[in-house]
Order: sequence, then C-alpha cells, then structure tokens
Amino acid sequence: MPALSFENIHQILTKQFGEAIGPLQPAKRDPFCTFAPARLVEICRFLKGQPELSFDFLEDLTATDHPKQNLIRIVYHFYSYPHRHLFIAKVEVNRQQAELDSVESVWKAANWLEREVYDLFGVRFTGHTDLRRILMPDDWVGHPLRKDYSEAGGYRDISNVRDNPLDLYLSMDRQLKAQQAAPEPAASPAPPAEHQPAEKPPAKTGA
Amino acid sequence: MALDQLVMTKFGAGAGEEMILNMGPQHPSTHGVINFVVHADGEVMKKAVPQVGYLHRALEKIGEIVTYPGFMPYTDRIDYLAAMFANEGYALAVEKLMGIQIPPRAQYLRAISCELNRIASHLISIGSMAMDIGAVTPFPYALRERESINDLLEALCGARLTYNYHRIGGVAFDMAQDWMPLCHKWLDHFDRILDEWDRLISFNEIFVERLAGLAVIPLPMAIDYGLVGPNLRASGMDFDLRKVHHYGAYPDFDFKVPIGKAYAGAHRGGVVGDCFDRFYCRVLECRESVSIVRQALNKFPGGEFMAKVPRKIKPEAGEAQSRIESARGEMAYYVVSDGGERAYRVRARTGSFLAMGIIEEASKGLMIADLVALIASLDVVAPEIDR
Repeated sequence: MPALSFENIHQILTKQFGEAIGPLQPAKRDPFCTFAPARLVEICRFLKGQPELSFDFLEDLTATDHPKQNLIRIVYHFYSYPHRHLFIAKVEVNRQQAELDSVESVWKAANWLEREVYDLFGVRFTGHTDLRRILMPDDWVGHPLRKDYSEAGGYRDISNVRDNPLDLYLSMDRQLKAQQAAPEPAASPAPPAEHQPAEKPPAKTGA
Repeated sequence: MALDQLVMTKFGAGAGEEMILNMGPQHPSTHGVINFVVHADGEVMKKAVPQVGYLHRALEKIGEIVTYPGFMPYTDRIDYLAAMFANEGYALAVEKLMGIQIPPRAQYLRAISCELNRIASHLISIGSMAMDIGAVTPFPYALRERESINDLLEALCGARLTYNYHRIGGVAFDMAQDWMPLCHKWLDHFDRILDEWDRLISFNEIFVERLAGLAVIPLPMAIDYGLVGPNLRASGMDFDLRKVHHYGAYPDFDFKVPIGKAYAGAHRGGVVGDCFDRFYCRVLECRESVSIVRQALNKFPGGEFMAKVPRKIKPEAGEAQSRIESARGEMAYYVVSDGGERAYRVRARTGSFLAMGIIEEASKGLMIADLVALIASLDVVAPEIDR
C-alpha cells in the first residue's frame, strides 16, 4: 500500500473521530494537528490498528511548554514501517493540572518516553505502569524543562553556586588603580573601603 | 515451562530467593555510567532494571539558552563516539527550519565524515563487545584502526573526538588537497583489516557459540519498544533512513543494508535478532561504509562547501524535525522556533535511550553473565541516553 500524505491521514482521522481531531495546522515546515485529550488512546489504537495507516512505531514523544497560554503541548511523532509515512500530533494539557492518558498500552516505547516527559515537564500520565523520574534524581524538586523553572541553588547540601573567582581579581584591580590614581600622601578612605571586600572571603574561610 | 520452574530444574536454585544486585554505576562493562538493579535468583535474572541519568547534562535546556549556531558544539557531547551524526542531525533540522539548501560539496563532505565516524563508532562497539564477553585481544586491534580514523578526521576538521565540523549551511572547512589520497590509502588498508577481523573474532567458533541464540529480540518487540538502527535491522527489518528518506548525498551512492539473518547458523542455535546478529550487522555495516566513502571520494564534486547563510540565524516561527541514520540508529532533532535568535525548544531523540528501555524486558530469564553481552550488543552509550 502506498504512503499517505499528511492531508490524507488527517482526512481519514477526521472522518472517524470528527471533532476530536483538530484542523491541520499549516506550520512552517512540519504540519501537525491536535487530538482531543479525552480520546487520545482510542485515536492511537486506531492509528496503529487501521491497516491503511498502521503506525507501528512511536518515533518520538516529547513536549513543549507555553506558560503564556498556560499550556503544555505533548508532541507525538508516529511512523509507519509498512507504509513509510509520518504523522505528527499534539495534545494540549493544562499546565497546573498536567494530566494525560498514557499510550503505553499501545506502544511500549511510550514507557520511557512518557517517563522523560513526566520528569522534565511534570505531566502525569494516568495508566502508566512505572511513572518515576528517569533523568533527574527521585527527590529532585521541580521540572527542569518548564520555562519558569529556576534552580533551587543546590541538591542535598551540594551547592551549585560558587563565588565568582573573577570578583577577587576585579577588586584587586580596582584597588591597584585607586592607589595609582591617588597622590602618595592622600590616604583617602576610599581605597581601604575597596580593599575590604577583597579580604573578606579569606577571613571567612579562616573562621 | 514457566520461568520459575525452569530456574528450579535447570539451575537448582529452587528456593525462589530473590537477590538484588547492583551492577554499576561504575562498572567497566556497562559502557558508561549506568546502573542496573539486577533481580536474580541464583545465576538467572528475573529482570535487570536500568537506572539512568548519571550523565544528564541538560543539553536540551542549554539548547534553549544559547543561539542556534552556539548549540553545535554541545551536540558533540550528546554522543561522543559518533559526534558527526549529532552535528549533522542538528544542522539538518535548522536548515529545514530556515529552508537552506546546502551545496553538493558540503553534502559529500558530510557523508564522508559521517561514514568514517560510523566505522570508528562500530569498531568501538564490536571491539568492546568482544572484550566484554572475554575476548580481550580484538579490542586493541579495533582501537588501532579507530586511531587511524581519528587521524584522518583530525586532518579533515582539526578534532579527534568532538568535531564540531558541520555547520548550519554546510561544513566548517574544505577538504585539504592531500587528504583524498590519504583516505584512499587507509580504505584499501582497512579492507584487509576487515577480513582479518573476521578471521580473528567474527568467525571464531567459541565467540559465535557464545552469542548464538542469546537475548533474542523478535521484530514485533523491537518495533514496539522503538529500537532503531543496527539493533532493529538485526531483528530482520530492512529499514535504513539513508535509503528510505534520501537525505544529504546518500541517493548518489550504491550500498546494501545489512539485516539480521541468523548469521550464527541454525546448527548453533542462531536466531534472527540474537546477539550475534547485532554484532555481525555492525561488521557488515563497516564494509558498506567503506564502499560509501570510496564512492564519495570518486564522485567528489567541486564548488562551495558552505551555503549562503545570514550572519544572524533567526528562523521564522515554526517547527521542524530532522531524522538521520546515526551509528546508533535513528537520531531525530525536533527544533521549535519562535522567531528569535534562540530555539524555543530543542529535542534530541536518540537511539540509545529506547534501547535501554528494552533491557528490562529482554533480560528476563538471562544469566547474569549474559546481561553484559546484551548491553554490549545493543551498543548503548551513556551520554546519548542521558543527554
């Protein structure tokens, strides 16, 4: 059977599922359409089972975060080995209660891919058999690929911030310049004030 | 016979005790920093659960912070054994987003550098696989040849491991004038080495017996779990993105796609999709890559090696995905642009990540010693899993 175009696949899906399939988005390079989250698993079963579609390979499953629209878009790339055609779909979920049905029952590959999306975006997949963090440690706080993620400043007393070593040199530099600029007898209060921060860090470590 | 009964009758463990054994993260045969939690009853595994993430460097997040060309050196770090492919995939995705056509000379340089890199990567894979199951000798032989490839690539692009060679719109440097004879000379030399390699290890009776029929991954399972590249082809799927999707200069070359055919032989218990098929498919792919490089050198076109690219790379809002056939199978970059100088989202889909996902299922019922062979045969590379 020949490979189907994006438009043809979209037509077949719209015929079967009606309003659950969004319009085909004429994106700049890769077109895509949206699926209604409630019928996602049903649509995926159809994509895999229908002989003329037979999308047997879940090529990629990832997400993009859109804080302004309060949305996380889960992006599915389906591929069919028998027909060699590709289809891209997106499912939108609310950022605050990010929850979606798992497609693990359709493609086993979704197990790890959904774990990754859960880990990095904080989308909970209902029906997933083993929804744990995968790349970050189990007790990590936050979901790093969200746009508003900010680092906690450390993990288990391991700091991820440090003093900028350049600060010391810059203050020494300023001090030198101030000394050179000032005439010899003028022991003005400014250079010692500059001098203070440079000496503070060693004093701290000494204490 | 159920697994538990088999364990009892065959190995006498009987009591049904479950022992939990940690293999890794610092273990020489896990191919990087990966931890396997092995649930074993005696010598037989109930399952081995991979724990990954030790090498997570947040590369996808970095992709949102740096500019489009600025991300190119980071792609090298996704897969340090086959960095050219990571370069190429990212460059292709951004080019697709911007609608840039790259000149033929750049396409050929990309194909040549990638295929040499594929050979280097496969040499590490097959060499370390032999070493992991006890044949130490072949590994230095493989490393020796890889060193020559590193020399060649160094002469081409100045780096031996993390190349940063491909650019958005072409490649960084043209081929030096005396490089082509060097490469030809090495290819002629390498043909003999591959024959030697077959005599040394591929057709070694002990080696073949050890891997025949081991950790079989049937084709439906391989597709379901998203295996790609040589691992998928070893299970009998005739699929290669270079053939099917004709990217770059590959339509110009004539090459075969090696697929698994139970190379170990039925009399030794060889099955399509066993560890030996995954091993031998890679050896055969090295031969095909040699042929591709030779054809590319013979047809090498003139002209520019870099397309005209605006100084500031600012693709219009949109999204694009590029798929390439890396040494570890399909590598796909999904790049979303919001019209700015930085990508809104960069996603790298790598072959090793889902190859790790299959281990829990594929390791059921294997001996602990076979886990090492299974990991090695899937050719996983830890930084590519964790990114």
